[in-house]
Amino acid sequence: MNRRRITFAVVFVVLAVIPFFLNAYWVDVLNSVGLYAILGLSLNLIVGHAGLFNLGHAAFFAVGAYTAAILNTSFGIPILWLLPLSGLAAGLFAVLIARPVIHLRGDYLCIVTIGLGEIVRIALINDVFGITGGANGIFGIARPVLFGFTIRSPQAFYYLIWSFAALTVFLFHRLEHSRFGRALNYLREDETAAEGSGIDTGSYKLVIFGIGAFWAGMAGDIYAAKMTIIAPESFSFWESVLIFTLVILGGAGSIPGVILGAFLIVGLPEIFRDFANARMLVFGAAMMAMMIFRPEGILPAKPRAYRLADVRNLVAKEGTK
Amino acid sequence: MEEFFQQLTNGLAVGGIYALIALGYTMVYGVLKLINFAHGDLFSTGAYLGLTILISFGLTDRLGPVAGVLLLALMVMGLLAIVGTMLERIAYRPLRESPRLSAVVSALGASIFLQNTLMFVYGARFQVYPHDILPDTALDLFGIDIPIVRMLILLASLVLMAALYLFIQKTRTGTAIRAVAIDQRAARLMGIDVNRVILIVFLVGPALGGVAGLMVGLLYGQINFTMGWIYGLKAFTAAILGGIGNIPGAMVGGVLLGVIEALGAAYISIAWKDAIAFFVLILILIVRPTGLLGERVAEKI
Repeated sequence: MNRRRITFAVVFVVLAVIPFFLNAYWVDVLNSVGLYAILGLSLNLIVGHAGLFNLGHAAFFAVGAYTAAILNTSFGIPILWLLPLSGLAAGLFAVLIARPVIHLRGDYLCIVTIGLGEIVRIALINDVFGITGGANGIFGIARPVLFGFTIRSPQAFYYLIWSFAALTVFLFHRLEHSRFGRALNYLREDETAAEGSGIDTGSYKLVIFGIGAFWAGMAGDIYAAKMTIIAPESFSFWESVLIFTLVILGGAGSIPGVILGAFLIVGLPEIFRDFANARMLVFGAAMMAMMIFRPEGILPAKPRAYRLADVRNLVAKEGTK
Repeated sequence: MEEFFQQLTNGLAVGGIYALIALGYTMVYGVLKLINFAHGDLFSTGAYLGLTILISFGLTDRLGPVAGVLLLALMVMGLLAIVGTMLERIAYRPLRESPRLSAVVSALGASIFLQNTLMFVYGARFQVYPHDILPDTALDLFGIDIPIVRMLILLASLVLMAALYLFIQKTRTGTAIRAVAIDQRAARLMGIDVNRVILIVFLVGPALGGVAGLMVGLLYGQINFTMGWIYGLKAFTAAILGGIGNIPGAMVGGVLLGVIEALGAAYISIAWKDAIAFFVLILILIVRPTGLLGERVAEKI
């Protein structure tokens, strides 16, 4: 336990100071890692904690990004103020479209999410409602402004993204160790038993889809501000696969695992840039190999462990609510 | 009216292709309860291998169009059967006892691997099938000119589907496949070699998918390493539409989806053509998840 804490502390410190030691290119790479980490954490809620196969997560990312882009370019609303709005748009969207299909079993839900992701992408390309700019996307998105300071350089974005990531880690850790988090894991392990214990599985699944999408939407807002141009190609099925893979390979249900996954997903292709064409081959082979040899991921989630004395104290204090 | 018939026959031809691919999905799902994500890429492998064999051996130059294409189809089927069994051995057999998620991820990985192997070997640009293999003429049906290629493809699909149907319904092996699809453990208790059945499924399914790829190459003239993805997903929709695990269902679903898509593209909007299949998928999963021909099972989907 202590060794883990020390490792995390060291990683935290390294991440806090590393922009001063790297050139702009690598800081930007770390920015990508950060964004993927946030996306991965949001998907982790759905896939890792609730055990729902979601291969259309890029759609929520897209809804958030496009909401931010449209509201910013059309009405001039500052980007950071749009964070909750992007999240809300994505979250509501997720709840609306997941509602009819949430009861489907694993593989079917998987295919439906793929289909939904594709429908969103095609809708964006076809300039649905006339506001998405079609295949060219939307450009001219403003930079975020924080207390009068405009965030423009990679280093500035680094701190914005990673602060947000740190906040995400903190909040999701709390969620994991709450009643809600425990109920989700129960749902994942055995849905029938969970239902029998009084957990309304349908509602919980919908809510977690909403929360996961909400967070992906906020990540979309930051992404839009960072790129200032967004187009439908950034939100393809491949993106969903990347995010899904980083969660699975890193360790589904485990926050450190997902962050490690983000580093690998972005970092490894960067390091092996010379083997550009073979990258994807290795990627596919790695996925197969991981599932055969280490399906729980590189840094799997630690099983919940409670000391009996603590549980007794808790029950004595709060009663069995 | 002419437009309608053109689109209808177009839809039927494409539908036949979807049906052949869908059969591969449905058979594998029936016996392994696994969605073989890599099946679409087996389909594109068939298209590419067909092109390679065609060009290198000059089959149609030597044997004429009919015999040439037939031999080509047989060779493609044979090669794809081998690739299919290799895929099963490497990516799926080790995960027989594992939870579903592992097999799904492995299937995804296999799909990525296959797709990029194709890109690696053949390049990222579209590859073109020679145009002069099959006659470019049109048949006069009820006063409307329908390309003969389209009719031939449709005919070929129907023949293959009929052959598969007879195989599944009338032979012992076919019955064994159906038995394993219903209940693997009971089938084993009845003395059926489940491993052999799975092997046969991975011989036949990919073979049909490969032939479908060859047909797409002949019908549309060009192929690309990403087409496996989109055809695969649509074929999967077709399989669900007909009832996953149900072989006649896959045939019906494929043809039906092809027609819906062609008519939808013509009369609603061509830009949304690909999305039509996804809308159908979501609709069928909400309204009738067991599919059109599927049995109502007590198990919740």
